[in-house]
Amino acid sequence: MTDTLNLFIGLAMGLNLLALASSRLPSVIRAAALQGMVLGILPLLIEHDWQWMVVLVSIGTIAVKGFVIPHLLRRALRAANIDREMKPLIGFVPSLLLGAAATVGAVALGGVLPLLPEHADSLLVPGSFATVVAGFLMLMGRTKAISQVCGYLILENGIYLFGLLLINSTPLLVEAGILLDLTVAVFVIGIIMDRIQKEFDTLDTNKLTTLHE
Amino acid sequence: MMPALDMALRLAACLLLAPLLPGIINRVKSWVAGRRGPPVLQLYYDLAKLWRKGVVLSTAVSPGHVAGPAVAWVALAVASLLLPLGPAGAPLAFPGDALLFVYLLALARFCTASAAMDAGSAFEGMGVVREVSYAVINEAAIIAALLTLGVQTGSVSLSVMLAPPAAGAGAALLAAGLFGVLLAENCRVPFDDPNTHLELTMIHEAMVLDHSGPPLAAILHGAALKLLLFAVLLAKTVLALTSLSWLATMGALGASVLVIVVLVGLVESLLARLAFRRVPLLLATSFLLCVFALLVAWKGGRL
Repeated sequence: MTDTLNLFIGLAMGLNLLALASSRLPSVIRAAALQGMVLGILPLLIEHDWQWMVVLVSIGTIAVKGFVIPHLLRRALRAANIDREMKPLIGFVPSLLLGAAATVGAVALGGVLPLLPEHADSLLVPGSFATVVAGFLMLMGRTKAISQVCGYLILENGIYLFGLLLINSTPLLVEAGILLDLTVAVFVIGIIMDRIQKEFDTLDTNKLTTLHE
Repeated sequence: MMPALDMALRLAACLLLAPLLPGIINRVKSWVAGRRGPPVLQLYYDLAKLWRKGVVLSTAVSPGHVAGPAVAWVALAVASLLLPLGPAGAPLAFPGDALLFVYLLALARFCTASAAMDAGSAFEGMGVVREVSYAVINEAAIIAALLTLGVQTGSVSLSVMLAPPAAGAGAALLAAGLFGVLLAENCRVPFDDPNTHLELTMIHEAMVLDHSGPPLAAILHGAALKLLLFAVLLAKTVLALTSLSWLATMGALGASVLVIVVLVGLVESLLARLAFRRVPLLLATSFLLCVFALLVAWKGGRL
């Protein structure tokens, strides 16, 4: 039971590093989508009795994070006509190494935190920390708006992973609400990216440094 | 059986079987490409031919140019003595021989590199620079892999370390990492193309351009031996062979080495070599796979 859970969280941690290391934007989007789907399965593994709400949230998460958001991002990608992050602020090898160091650090930190006995032997907390740091790294280190959105998605995946600790005490409606927020956010960012593209003819956020009337 | 005779027999088996592996890789490659390809024993013919030839030396070289390949070959042969081949353990085993194994591989690399620089050719210097800069990450990966095995088994002796407990996620990570290390250390695609003869892109081949005759034979045989060493290391880290009989263990080991070699041939047929600036990313990936295997082994006791 915990082994299967840890395997899935380990997979999600591996996908963090894949997203950090790949320079092609479609594969970054694919990694973020796959991570969302992997995390969508987790409530089914944690909850022993499958209420209809759990199944619904799980299916909703997989659908939104695995299909709807990647679809929106791919459409933005096609419109912008780019498929590669050319000059990241933090290079791919350094960001991969930083992400790996964060993963190791997160596992070490998870070992010293005073966790509940039922969480002590699961990777939920380390996985959450590692994913949040990986998301921040992508947000900071990349210049293309689409990579930054993917970083934002990975960051949110980390927070979601942390939220799974409280799955027994938070109403699942909250999860559904967060999912809706996320979709709207990505939708808005898609529109903003479209505007940036039209205005500056590029998605490079380094150009967005001066204010105009 | 007398220990000395036993050791000599095992060493002879390693030395005699090693040149078979590149032949099998070439056979797999030609099979995938639909060619007939060179015979499996081609490297034996090449070695015999080179052994009969004379040595051409440039006026610039020091005796190190000839001594380097010889020392490298001896280091690799001793390293092959340290690897346990079956239930009887390694011919040479003592606590801490894992460290000696790493250092012998490093010594072999150093001797090849210094012999190559000795020739004073610009291309060889370039090859050395590439080889050594890849080795920096590779050695870290090997050390991480050996540490993983050490943590798993609580020992620093290769014959205990290479009989790991049951496989799991850690073993899968370690196998993937070590396979990457095997490809990089033996200058295989996607890190280096052993068939290329373009001085600007070669790594290992560029280092041996100025060698001829018996020293070149020693280098080629040493490279084959190194491939065998890494294949056996990879097979032994993944397979838990303790419960089988002697014959079954040797059969399983041989079969897994064959599978690894065929896999190398398939990778070589199906992938193109990477551009130089992309190689560090792949090297870092195999290093990180080994580090995460270490992490799993470390947390494994408490998870």
